Amino acid sequence: MSSHTTEPYLPVFVGDNLAKLEALFPKYPTRMALLLPALWIVQEARGWVSEGGIHEVADRLGLTPAYVRGVITFYTMYHTHPVGRHFIQVCTTSPCNICGAEAVAQALLEHTGCGELGATSPDGRFTVMEVECLGACGFATPLLIGDDFIEGVTAAAVPALLARYP
Amino acid sequence: MGYPHPIHPKETPLLSTHFGDAGARSYEGWVARGGYVALKQALGMTPEQVVDEVKASGLRGRGGAGFPTGLKWSFMPKDDGKPHFLCCNADESEPGTFKDREIIRWTPHALIEGCVIAALAIRAEVTYIYIRGEYTEPYRILQTAVDEAYAAGALGANAFGSGKRLDVIIHRGAGAYICGEETALMNSLEGRRGNPRIKPPFPAVAGLFGFPTTINNVETLAAVPHILNRGGAWYAGLMLGNPKSTGTKLISVCGHIQRPGTYEITLGLPMKELIYDACGGMLPGRTLKAVIPGGSSVPIMTPEEVDGCVTDYEGIAAAGSLLGSGGMIVMDDSTDIVYQIMRLARFYAHESCAQCTNCREGTGWTTRILERIVRGEGKAADLDLLLDLADNMTGKTICVLSDSCATPVVSGIQKFRADFEAYLSGARAPALVGV
Repeated sequence: MSSHTTEPYLPVFVGDNLAKLEALFPKYPTRMALLLPALWIVQEARGWVSEGGIHEVADRLGLTPAYVRGVITFYTMYHTHPVGRHFIQVCTTSPCNICGAEAVAQALLEHTGCGELGATSPDGRFTVMEVECLGACGFATPLLIGDDFIEGVTAAAVPALLARYP
Repeated sequence: MGYPHPIHPKETPLLSTHFGDAGARSYEGWVARGGYVALKQALGMTPEQVVDEVKASGLRGRGGAGFPTGLKWSFMPKDDGKPHFLCCNADESEPGTFKDREIIRWTPHALIEGCVIAALAIRAEVTYIYIRGEYTEPYRILQTAVDEAYAAGALGANAFGSGKRLDVIIHRGAGAYICGEETALMNSLEGRRGNPRIKPPFPAVAGLFGFPTTINNVETLAAVPHILNRGGAWYAGLMLGNPKSTGTKLISVCGHIQRPGTYEITLGLPMKELIYDACGGMLPGRTLKAVIPGGSSVPIMTPEEVDGCVTDYEGIAAAGSLLGSGGMIVMDDSTDIVYQIMRLARFYAHESCAQCTNCREGTGWTTRILERIVRGEGKAADLDLLLDLADNMTGKTICVLSDSCATPVVSGIQKFRADFEAYLSGARAPALVGV
């Protein structure tokens, strides 16, 4: 199967998204400084940053696509491939780990049908990633589901929690 | 207060007084609680006067390094004709640390006020608050607060009619622990990979966008309005016997503990009183095995070391560890300490920016050796090999991420050697590694 598409790339930076980007220009002395905010705008609009998105951001900020690719791959929160409708990040670093985080991660993999970390469930609903410290160590185990920050999750609570994300 | 728990008598609530009080989040709510009085006062002071007040308070950086804040501000040039910047480090990512997020979530205006007072002290007009990307709710709350502060005239081209420009811009990170290192943070803000920079030049000479810059932690800045309101001498008097460690400190306590949360103590409180009184002690039937008192990058403490330790910069150093960020991880006797040190090494290997060879290779090999030990495939010489690796990872790289990976490994082997040897001899059954 070819990964090529016959659909033309639809730019993100039109209308409201363009206005959002342009409102940021006076806040920074360089255009390059808008790179992380611009990538966030693209990801919020499309759910991920495609090759077309990388080129569009590069064009807007006067950078090269290779430079943008180099930066985007440094950060764990940008997706360079499509992910499930609900992207789940589960913390398994030591403070959560000693409070049962690995069992929570295991339950997420089982009940979403993702099977392994980084994979998307066959129905396209979920992607589960193990992440390092989410900064909520006193409320083990924390998850991010999309932008929802959820604390105190136990393995037993996973099925009911997932039901809230159709 | 020990959010989410009520205030405990052993605490000294100052920054945490309004944690859990949603009414404190709005501009009006903050003003009703005494907010923005300190900023109005600072607008009538010279930068030197603000710096002197903070110097008198003895306030030290709350992000982990403990450097005197007033002294740091005084390094900024005067009359150089260049723009100056203040960066607020809200990239809280050190495992065990979750105190700044409560400041941002519950008292966002305390942070904004502290930021712009600091900006006045270092002659900056613009403050960038770099907040980690995962802090989605704190980001929304902080952005709302900044918008309100502009609408109320506290920020903008003519802050409170003073004729002075004070801007606050929130910049979201995107998932990288290393961006909490101050020079990596500046690179990230400039739209680059978050690689730490070689120092010198120090940020006060050439920092963000090449201009003089000061970077302070959220908790440090949130303490500043209190110092202006009540005086540096008053703040310096908040201590329990050690004049080098003044003021209050937020300690976020997590792990195997009855009441995990963010506690605020006067520096100098005995660590046992924090753990057993304020936090309620161990879970039923359990005993203390180890404490990591200042975020995962500081040496692990044994129960014996905890016993006589006072919780301040010098007290914890004397007991063999560091106050660090105040992120305290408590581990009871159910903990497989070797497995957890392996997890910490894996954390650092994952977060290494990989520009220095000793860090890139050292964090990776440390992780692989620890993984084979817990898999039951360790070799007799592995502990010496780990210590040798740690030696090559300490003091040899641009930033201290490499040192931070070596620290739990070295202190772990020194203090819990029998746990490692149980894996090596086969006395302990192998553990599955990871999910």
